[in-house]
Amino acid sequence: MKQIELQPNANSLEVVSQMNIGCKPRGLIPRSLTLSAMLIILVILVVIIGNIVIGGIGTISWEFLTHPPEQGMEAGGIFPAIFGTVALVMLMVIAVVPVGVFTAIYLQEYTSPKSRVVRLIRIAINNLAGVPSIVFGLFGLGFFISFVGGGLDSLFYPEAGPVWGQPAIIWASLTLALLTLPVVIVSTEEALRTISIELREGSYALGATKLQTIRRIIIPQAMPGILTGSILAVSRGAGEVAPIMFTGAAYYLPYLPTKLNDQFMELGYHVYVMATQSPDIEATKPILYGTILVLLLLTFALNSVAILIRSRMRRSRVSAQ
Amino acid sequence: MSAPSKTDRMKAPGSIAMVSGRLQPDAKYKIIVENLSFSYGDVQALFDISMKIRQNRVTALIGPSGCGKSTFLRTLNRMNETIPGTSMSGAVRLDSRDIYRDFDDPSVIRTRVGMVFQKSNPFPKSLFDNIAYGLRVNGIKDKQLIAQVVEHSLKQAALWDEVKDNLDNSAFMLSGGQQQRLCIARALAIQPEVILMDEPASALDPISTAKIEDLIGELRKQYTIVIVTHNMQQAARVSDHTGFFYEGRLIEYGPTKQIFTRPAKKKTEDYVTGRFG
Amino acid sequence: MERLIFKPKSRWREFTGEKLISITAFVALIAILLIFVFVFKEAIPIFTNSYVQEEASLDKMVFKQQFYEGRDSKWSWQPNSEVPKFSLLPLFIGTLKAALVAMLFAIPLGVGAAIFSSEFASRRIREIIKPAIETLAAIPSVVLGFFALMVLATVLQNALGLTFRLNAFNAGIALGLAVIPIVFTVAEDAMTSVPRSLRDAATALGANPWQVSMTTVFPAAIPGISAGVVLGFGRAVGETMIVLMASGNAAIISASILDSTRTFSATIAAELAEVVFGDTHYHVLFMIGSLLFVFTFLINLGGDIVLTRLKERLAGKTI
Repeated sequence: MKQIELQPNANSLEVVSQMNIGCKPRGLIPRSLTLSAMLIILVILVVIIGNIVIGGIGTISWEFLTHPPEQGMEAGGIFPAIFGTVALVMLMVIAVVPVGVFTAIYLQEYTSPKSRVVRLIRIAINNLAGVPSIVFGLFGLGFFISFVGGGLDSLFYPEAGPVWGQPAIIWASLTLALLTLPVVIVSTEEALRTISIELREGSYALGATKLQTIRRIIIPQAMPGILTGSILAVSRGAGEVAPIMFTGAAYYLPYLPTKLNDQFMELGYHVYVMATQSPDIEATKPILYGTILVLLLLTFALNSVAILIRSRMRRSRVSAQ
Repeated sequence: MSAPSKTDRMKAPGSIAMVSGRLQPDAKYKIIVENLSFSYGDVQALFDISMKIRQNRVTALIGPSGCGKSTFLRTLNRMNETIPGTSMSGAVRLDSRDIYRDFDDPSVIRTRVGMVFQKSNPFPKSLFDNIAYGLRVNGIKDKQLIAQVVEHSLKQAALWDEVKDNLDNSAFMLSGGQQQRLCIARALAIQPEVILMDEPASALDPISTAKIEDLIGELRKQYTIVIVTHNMQQAARVSDHTGFFYEGRLIEYGPTKQIFTRPAKKKTEDYVTGRFG
Repeated sequence: MERLIFKPKSRWREFTGEKLISITAFVALIAILLIFVFVFKEAIPIFTNSYVQEEASLDKMVFKQQFYEGRDSKWSWQPNSEVPKFSLLPLFIGTLKAALVAMLFAIPLGVGAAIFSSEFASRRIREIIKPAIETLAAIPSVVLGFFALMVLATVLQNALGLTFRLNAFNAGIALGLAVIPIVFTVAEDAMTSVPRSLRDAATALGANPWQVSMTTVFPAAIPGISAGVVLGFGRAVGETMIVLMASGNAAIISASILDSTRTFSATIAAELAEVVFGDTHYHVLFMIGSLLFVFTFLINLGGDIVLTRLKERLAGKTI
């Protein structure tokens, strides 16, 4: 603080007037600098999305969405990739949501917050979210395919070739489930923490057991949080490519996956393959843009729903207080 | 019955017969607390409390905040067990059965000893479902019976006429006083024998408070009521017996009139005359 | 009113319910532990297996090697050549170059935008900024990689007259776009969690809003802003698809950010599909994965600790 401002006869009015005149640094330069940082980000965002929308909008048609690729991906549609993405993400949700929610309930309702072990577990979960997705791909290969799948094969199919010990949709979705597990756990725990002790006590006082209280009071109350977490997990899972590259995604398949140990096509991986391996990039460009637009719309739609639920949850929490 | 001194505290468990010989004809003991001590972690909150609570009477627990009266109340239906890291010794008997040792499942005790909290805590459900909750978690599925009990409990809590047309509305649409009466109705629905009330009117305006007090007067005909209050006028108005708690100890316990007019202990006199608290 | 009769509760149901919850939680926690075990497990032969060590021991990966007689010794990553070369230095330099460009791009923009959002923006503007940043964060990295590969690379090449279309600079900018949301979110969160009372105290002493920011908000939020930067760096090092698509993937040692470059993560992504199970190359890739894992885990742990402490300290000041 500068001393100059506090002259002996300076009353508050003078200080205010000095401020208005601008004797003090008013932060005009920082203001415009940070504003331009903000604007640059917004412009980049608009350019990227605009580029993709303009490039892709013309390609999207009913045929594009419902037909398989033709002529080495230079024509036709992306139906198998959409189907594969949806199947992959659905399997992932089936695995990650119950496990994530139960884990959060266990940590929040059945363990003491002071416990060192629980604190360590929580740190591990939080930091799992920051582990590079390619590492999850390594894990999927090393654990699911070679350890679990290979183990199943040597137990049940010792004569045949690899049945489970090969890239497959089940292994890819389990790898993604592990990747998105922290998202579901963290947002469920956050929702559980906001449920007041009074509500729980009200339930116990009416003779409800702990499990009944969890099922009838706590889970319904935490539902928006659980939903947000699940949707964010889906949106994250639908956009990840690195973890599924070695665990199940295929360049091109002439059939749709029907069994858990089938491989599958996926939107993000399809984009990667077309963008980097295509012999004639100009010919694949419209399809490439169309695919990206579909992928973007999918992830944005999911994210908007999650953001909407979250903000509504926050608003109702504020009004309840 | 004068305040229990060290000498007439029961020492041996199972000495109910000896005690019952001294009962007045209309005042059977509903709850008998023997040498109860209670700690939150390393902090002891209750010290060796013995107290006999009469059936169909209103027993008020008074004392300055932090004196342990709410903690004591929560030991009477094992609500204290929902807080981790607590420990207790002594016994609480409900109709001569030890609620800690003779029952494995605390939820059974809580259906017999209901509770109303300081802050009204309706569930984020409809009025109907709030009242029906206790029935449903205790395995009652008969819809007609549930509807019957909901109506009966709301009438008992003097709330029926105000809400009978809006049973599907959210409980949060009620006023504060109505919410608290809803919580009382909710507690009544599972037909408890004892109702514990933890400063049930402390957050309410005078009119709502008066309604709750009237309600307590009505309910005492059917239920045994233990009420914690920081409001001494309220204790004097609604209760038959009063226990004065100070620093985790039961200092004095006796008929309300006696506690407020001729207290035996200096500490009690100081408190009821408003010298501290 | 007749007396209600409650059936005794099914203890079996309560018991199985609770067991189901705890077993599921246990499985999840085991799975998390297994990640550590299985990634490291496949890297262990580098330290124990003498056959693997002949091609890729620790010092072979770190120090200069003479691969052919009569030629200079050098650092080289050529796992598929006749004489497999597993020097990590080219990849290390490549990773660092891309990440540094990303940080130089993302820090000013991310921190700047965070300062704008928390100190200057009105509530309504903030309601536009936040979803915009969340949208940027939601763009899948393969899309950013595609954009850098198809659009940005051409623009940069034409503007700067570059020799290599795909290079560390191009990849770094795209990587920066993935880092900005992290830096922004953490930094903005740190500044907005400076309690109202602190700002009010400074305002009451006659400081104008910018002086309040300078004297109370920034000093208090500096650890949080740094944590955001560090977490962003962790992301930049671990991110895969963007660098795989936009960096050119040449494993060369070069100081220029305008040369093609190959990072650790992109190396795994590009080569793992082609390796033979149990091969030296396979173990080396897992070793690189372990390095990435340990590095990002430590960075996140550090950031986490700093942020938790900061929140606790700031929360303490409000009372």
